[in-house]
This record gives sequence, C-alpha cells and structure tokens, in this order.
Amino acid sequence: MSPPLLEVSDVVRTYASGGAFSRRRVTAVDGVSLRLDAERPEIFTIVGESGSGKTTLARMVLGMVTPSAGTIRFQGTDLATIRGKRARLAFMKQVQPIFQNPFEAFNPMKRVDRYLFATARRMAGLAGDKDITEAADRALKSVGLSLAEIRGRFPHELSGGQLQRVAIARALISRPALLVADEPVSMIDASLRASIVNLLRDLRDRLGVAIIYITHDLATAYYISDRILIMRRGSAVESGDARSVLDNPQHPYSQLLKSSVLSPDVPATAGARLRSEPETHEGVIPHA
Amino acid sequence: MTEPVLAVSGLRAYYRTAAFGIEREVRAVDDISLSIAANEIYGLAGESSSGKTTLIKTIANAIQPPLQVLAGSVVFNFHGQRVDIHGIAPSELAAIRWKHLSYVMQGSMNVLNPVRRVRHSFADFAFRHIGQPMPQFLDTVRNHLQRLHLASDVLDAFPHQLSGGMRQRVTIALATVCRPEFIIADEPTTALDVVVQKGVLAMIHEIQRELGSSILFVTHDMSVHANLADRLGIMYAGRLVEEGRTADVFRAPLHPYTAHLIASLPRLGDSAPKKGLEGAPPNLASPPPGCRFHPRCPRATEICRRETPPMAWLAEGHRAACFHPTSEPAT
Repeated sequence: MSPPLLEVSDVVRTYASGGAFSRRRVTAVDGVSLRLDAERPEIFTIVGESGSGKTTLARMVLGMVTPSAGTIRFQGTDLATIRGKRARLAFMKQVQPIFQNPFEAFNPMKRVDRYLFATARRMAGLAGDKDITEAADRALKSVGLSLAEIRGRFPHELSGGQLQRVAIARALISRPALLVADEPVSMIDASLRASIVNLLRDLRDRLGVAIIYITHDLATAYYISDRILIMRRGSAVESGDARSVLDNPQHPYSQLLKSSVLSPDVPATAGARLRSEPETHEGVIPHA
Repeated sequence: MTEPVLAVSGLRAYYRTAAFGIEREVRAVDDISLSIAANEIYGLAGESSSGKTTLIKTIANAIQPPLQVLAGSVVFNFHGQRVDIHGIAPSELAAIRWKHLSYVMQGSMNVLNPVRRVRHSFADFAFRHIGQPMPQFLDTVRNHLQRLHLASDVLDAFPHQLSGGMRQRVTIALATVCRPEFIIADEPTTALDVVVQKGVLAMIHEIQRELGSSILFVTHDMSVHANLADRLGIMYAGRLVEEGRTADVFRAPLHPYTAHLIASLPRLGDSAPKKGLEGAPPNLASPPPGCRFHPRCPRATEICRRETPPMAWLAEGHRAACFHPTSEPAT
C-alpha cells in the first residue's frame, strides 16, 4: 500500500512573545492530527474562528513554518528532513498554496502573466517560450480563463474573481497533488464566490487534486467538503465526514458555531434570530 | 405618513480626474433616489466597486476630490429640522456629525486611538456634543456601556487589549452614545467571526429599537440583511437596481441580479450545485450602455443594450430597474 498523501500527527506550534524578561508562550496549534489518502482525492475543510490556529496549520503543511513538535509526512517523506534547494523544489511542485486576498498575492506593478511564466520555468522545469506559454494556457483553461484574456494585464485590470482564478491556475502549473487554499473566497464578491467554490470542486473531480480548504464559512464548507475538522484555540474539537458533522454536531463548540450561522431566510419578525445568543468567550485580555 | 429622516433624490457623484490631458470619469453613484424612514434599518447590498462606499461618503458629506457631486440632493430631517447636507457651513456640519448623524466603521482599530485609553476616544468624539462636565459625562458613558452589556472597565483599556468583537461593540457604543437619529454602519461585522458577528448584530438591533434611530446598514452579506434589515436596497455598478421590504425582496426578487444573488447563497444542509454568475462587474469608468447588468444577464434583449431601464414601482413598496423582471410581484 502506498503511503498516505499527507499525514499530520500530533503537531504543536508555539510562538514566544514579549521581551527578554517577560517571555510568554502562545500555543497556536496544539496536537492536531489529520490524514489524507493518496487513492481518493478529497476536499478536506478546516473550520475555525480567527486565532484558532487554522492558518498556522496550513503554513506547516506548506513547509513555511516548522512544527515545534510532531511530524508532518507528505507522501511518506517527513517535511523536517527536506534539505537543500532541489528537494525543497520537488516538494513545492507537489504542494501549492492559494491565498486569501488575490490583490495582495500579486505584485500590483507586475503583469500577472509573468507569475505564470515564472512558475512554469521554475516549478515545472520548462524551457522554451512555446512550452511555457502552452503550460500557462493549459492551466488557465482549466480554471475557465485563457492566456489571450490575461496576457499583459496588471492585477488592477482584473476582477477579484478573475485574479483568484489566475492564482489557482498558477498553482496548477506544476501539476500538484495537494492545494492548500486559505480562505480563498472570503475576499471575493458574492456574485463570483459560487463560481470559485464550484471550480475547487471541479478540480478535485477532473484533475484529482486533493484540496485543504480553510474557511470560517460553514455554509460553503458544507457545500464542497468531503471531510471536515473543526478547530478551536489550536486543538481539533471535532472531525469526520463533513455532512454528518455539520448536520449533527456533537461538541458544544461545533454546535455554537452552527447556531451562529445566519440563515439567508428572512425570519418572521426582523431580528428574531439574533436574540438569545449565548454569551461567548468575549472579554478583556488580561495582562500577562 | 411622517417625513423620512433621509431623502436622497437624483444623486450623481462621479470621480473626475484629469492627468496628462486624459480625462477620466468614474460614475460611482449614478442617479440614486431613496428615502429612509424613522426607526428603520435600511440594508444596502452590493459587491465591491458597486458604489456603496461612495454613496455613504456622499450622504455623510465626506467628499474629497476627485469625488464630485454633480446633481441631486441629500436632505436629512432631524426632528423637524431640515438639513441639506451639501448646502450647510462646515461649522454646522461639525455640530450635526455624531450628535445627529454617526458612523460605525468596518475597521474598529482605525476608529479607536491605539495609543490612548478607550475613555479618551469617547471624550474626543462625544464630549462636546453631550455638554456635561467631565465626571458626569463619564457617568453617562458608563451607563450607556452598561445598557450595551459592556463592562465599564473597557474605558480604561487600550484598544489592543480588547478582542475584535469587543472593539467593534465599543465603536457601536461610541456611535450611539449621543443618541443620534441616523447611524451609518459600513460593514461593521465583516471582519468578525460568525459567533462574534451574531452577538454584535444582536446588539445593533437592540440599541436601534431602543433609541428609535434609523440605520443605513451596508454589507455585501445577504444573510446579515435577511436577519437585520427592514427594507433592502440592491446596488449594481453605481445604480440602485432593486428596493423593497426585505421579506419581499428575498421571496420574490424582481431584478435578475438580485435573483441570482439570492439563489446562489450557500446554505447549511444544502449541497445542491449552485451556478456562479459569468463575467465580472463592469468598469465604472466605461460602463456598458443601457442596463449595466446586460452583459451578464440571462434575460437581456435588444432594449437592454440600448436603453437604461427606469426605476419602476412593480408592487407596493417594491421597485426595480429592469425591463424583464424575473418574478411576478406579489400583490
């Protein structure tokens, strides 16, 4: 049996803050495990509020942050053992990120096609203009764009939705096995959001890419994910099949999260659903 | 019927720049008329670059070049005192702001002074309008915070010591402490988590019902509108395309854009495929002729490409700007 695509076991990441005399340790991720199978590409969703450690977990999977404890294995290789430029590049080819805000991901002074060409050259190892433009065009076609549309354009000339598609196309050039999408639709307009979410679903089915989808939006999570992990303050509180977890949450925090989602149906009297909300863990952060 | 608190009529506000001999005109707010009654939450929805923020700026008379108001008027009615916001002196405007017309902004960190305690922010904003000596003023503020279920020790905290939701509650307290007649809320909950968002919305609703103020609530999140707004206006590419009571708009949307927006909302417990809308919002520097939605509209015909659809009342209290409205209005 081949090793799993991704195996995260008991990872911990702590950050230290404060000066030399008042060190404070903050545990961003506290013992999270997850496993993605190689045979069956799936959309694995990580849900949590801000500060729950979901982005830190994603950055560890991407190899951008090293875990303080625990191991992350990608296709059987421990990420901590990746040394040297070549091994690192081989890993990056397989695992590609998509970031939250496409307007921040692209340099506003650079034409967006340059990113595609540079990725084709460095990540896919292509040489020759013809191969490079072909690879860029193929990737763009798989997200519903074409090179003719975006050639020579600057980021401000494209809409948020188009730019996010370009970002996804760029990630696809090296034919990765895993995409890590950190809140890919939260900065996208409502009328374009559905098409990006559909695209992720389509990529899983058509190209067989596994996707780690990070979000705080339970409604889109329900819509596209196969499995889900709910995080709170660095720990996983509940995980499992997305539909069954969201239809019938067991942990009190998952239940709170679900009950906080505002339904887009108009209640009988305005504001009726807003009342009687449980008081949350709000408060003044005490001095250390 | 009593006079509305805010009456906007035929408002046009464009960004005009002339650099290197190239004149550019961005029609961010184009011919918008709307009115907001007392004790009403008016929801304004629209995607980015649909002109929502420009409309707010124009309504609050926070106009800076290159933004220009070309036509139309914005008239407030504060307890019988009519105020044409574009026709008054700066000193009068300063007296009105915060006392009668206040704002809740998206970035709470940008409203509260990061290097001073919250108490000083309250003094900076509201002290002159309340007109009490400082000790009584602080008592008033404490009472107000208590009404909003905030502990009065937040006054002695620095903004960074408060969580995001707490800070946003403080800015709402700040905006309502003078009991203004009109509050503009610009995406006040967009940056918050779902759990915190619900609490903040409940607080806005509660204080609005208590003070009887009118709120212009701007957000692109239709679920928030469904739960909070009494009436709803939908903006697309600088124009108001639909307006009606929230329940009517959600039940029987008239404009194809609204219909799409509502149909594509993801819901918990529903994984049926949703269709995205093709194309992108138009560039407002060169909007398409006729109806601005026609390049993306599934129902567009020849007339949509030629003429601008007028805003028409299609049912009681429900109007839309479309030649081919999607559903028969419920009468």
